[in-house]
Amino acid sequence: MPALSGKPREMPEGKVRLMNIHTQPLRTTAETALIDAFGDRLSLLPGDGAVMLKRDDAIESIKHGLPTRRVESWHYTDLRRLLNAIPDFDPAAAANAIAPIVEGAAVFAVQNGVSSMKVPTVEGITVQRLTDKLIDGSIAPGLDPYGSDDAIGALNTAFVADGYFVDIADGTQLERPIELQNLQAGGQTHVRLPVRVGAGARATIVERQTGGGAALVSSVSQLVVGEGADVTWLIVQEQPETATHLAQFKAHIGKNAKLTLFVMNAGGKLVRQEVIVKTIGEGADFKLRGINLLAGDTHTDVTMVLDHAVPHTTSTEIVRNVVTGKARGVFQGRINVHQYAQKTNAKMACNTLLLSDDGEFSTKPELEIFADDVVCGHGATVTEIDHNHLFYLMARGVDEKSARGLLVKAFVAEVIEELDNEAIVEALEAKLDEWFVAHG
Amino acid sequence: MLEIRNLHARIVDDGTEIIRGLNLTVKAGEVAAIMGPNGSGKSTLSYILAGREDYEVTEGDILYNGQSILEMDPAERATSGIFLAFQYPMEIPGVATMEFLKVAMNEQRKARGEEPLKIPEFLKRVKEAAASLSMDMNMLKRPLNVGFSGGEKKRAEILQMKLLEPKLCVLDETDSGLDIDALKIVSDGVNALRAPDRAFLVITHYQRLLEHIVPDSVHVLYKGQVIKSGDKSLALELESNGYAGVIGQAA
Repeated sequence: MPALSGKPREMPEGKVRLMNIHTQPLRTTAETALIDAFGDRLSLLPGDGAVMLKRDDAIESIKHGLPTRRVESWHYTDLRRLLNAIPDFDPAAAANAIAPIVEGAAVFAVQNGVSSMKVPTVEGITVQRLTDKLIDGSIAPGLDPYGSDDAIGALNTAFVADGYFVDIADGTQLERPIELQNLQAGGQTHVRLPVRVGAGARATIVERQTGGGAALVSSVSQLVVGEGADVTWLIVQEQPETATHLAQFKAHIGKNAKLTLFVMNAGGKLVRQEVIVKTIGEGADFKLRGINLLAGDTHTDVTMVLDHAVPHTTSTEIVRNVVTGKARGVFQGRINVHQYAQKTNAKMACNTLLLSDDGEFSTKPELEIFADDVVCGHGATVTEIDHNHLFYLMARGVDEKSARGLLVKAFVAEVIEELDNEAIVEALEAKLDEWFVAHG
Repeated sequence: MLEIRNLHARIVDDGTEIIRGLNLTVKAGEVAAIMGPNGSGKSTLSYILAGREDYEVTEGDILYNGQSILEMDPAERATSGIFLAFQYPMEIPGVATMEFLKVAMNEQRKARGEEPLKIPEFLKRVKEAAASLSMDMNMLKRPLNVGFSGGEKKRAEILQMKLLEPKLCVLDETDSGLDIDALKIVSDGVNALRAPDRAFLVITHYQRLLEHIVPDSVHVLYKGQVIKSGDKSLALELESNGYAGVIGQAA
């Protein structure tokens, strides 16, 4: 020990960090399993030369190790420690089909990581299997991870084999939602869902993430919202309490375009949902509404990075969390207002209802503002059920359990009721009820 | 119907004794007015009857139809027919008023062994009750009490009372925050519910309310005890002489 004392401290910080990488003791079981799986799967992975190069780069970054709590963006979700078992691929497994949350929606299902040859036709929409887009290399440019700490992007780029590429033509007004289903059947599933919504189009897109096994799922959705388009995107995640779900939603919002992203996490053993959004045209508006229903011994992380990159763009983010059991939750919300993004208006709120002594929730809001004429704010609260409210309901004859249920549901339902679509509101409230029945 | 015997109660948090040996009997069909200066324990009494956990009964008993209610939680008391119209009704964001009314009415029915109300019948009852209190149905589309004015909240309390059809109605300063017209509407609503098998405990500061809801008995509460009981003329006496005279006699 004495021989080492003092020495590392004199080194420049960068060098110390480099040393950490080189002296990283041993790969974890999960890291080894991922690297081995890549070797085994390589010959089966679709892609032209450009795609395969991206895959190589991606697996290289995994070889450097999964992020730990020392990586700032992963501080509350130490992936290296939390990701301990990697299931094998199981091509023979069959995923159960599910009905869409809104009746009459056009369903595009990915079952056990494989898209369907037979998909519904909807006027104004072109849908291609992602595996074809990988083979012809046309989506190679979109496969780059977001940054050096983008473990989900890297994992997905290394292994992605299928998904759907959806193009909604300019001016299309979709009456009924499109539902993109990612249905796992255990094993590993790596899916990508790029969607382009053309100028002036209006669409509601539901992304379902569920399945029946102790799977490892990576799923990356990439959305481009064209000028003046209006998109509502709902992510409904209901993985079993044995699954690891690593997901990313990336979007660019064009001039005078609107995007409402609704995220509902109601399952999963280890969940990270990243939301990476950029306003790229003046007048763009982004809304994030999130509900995290956390139960059991689980870990759920919603991490948002929002770039207000041009002037006159607006955003509001409201995340409501219900924590029961031994569940742990995280919300990181980072808003970057670029130097020339004057007149930005952004407001973020994260409210947590903590219903158990063993549960926990960590909130980290970050505002990085380089412009001088902006309105930005954030707030976070952690509360228990209001005893005055409980007394009031009980004084009308509602028993304690039902009264608590009403109040907890009310806490999250407020966020749902904001959505301006009755069928969607009803469908999500039904999902809420399902969760409360299972975990009440 | 209601018999309070030598009741002593204190605030759980700090142990302050508020009710100090209170005795009161209210018969079925009776309207009993509880009057008293600020801090005499009027609101506390209403909360204790409803079963609020912030108060602890240390001595005595509350009998409702001959049974002690001290071990019952607020929901059990409510389904057994006790109703508290709050002085300050709670605003509860996210709980839809209609949904709440439906749940509450059906809980009461369940306790009586009745089937849940069918939606059309439920809507009909709510509409009728709202109309009788000059309430706009649009108000009931909002979350419970959220954005209601003081007067609207009081009307909403009486609306609930009408719909839940309790047997013992405790009205905690229902007149506060009401203008003359609203006071009339609310009082008419209460009077319409008077029945031989229903009792009222009307808590108020002022004689004003008692001109509209004429009591059968008046009780003066002071320092946690009933120090004087009488008929409606006692309220008039208090109105002209203030509480000082009655308090002086008792001391």
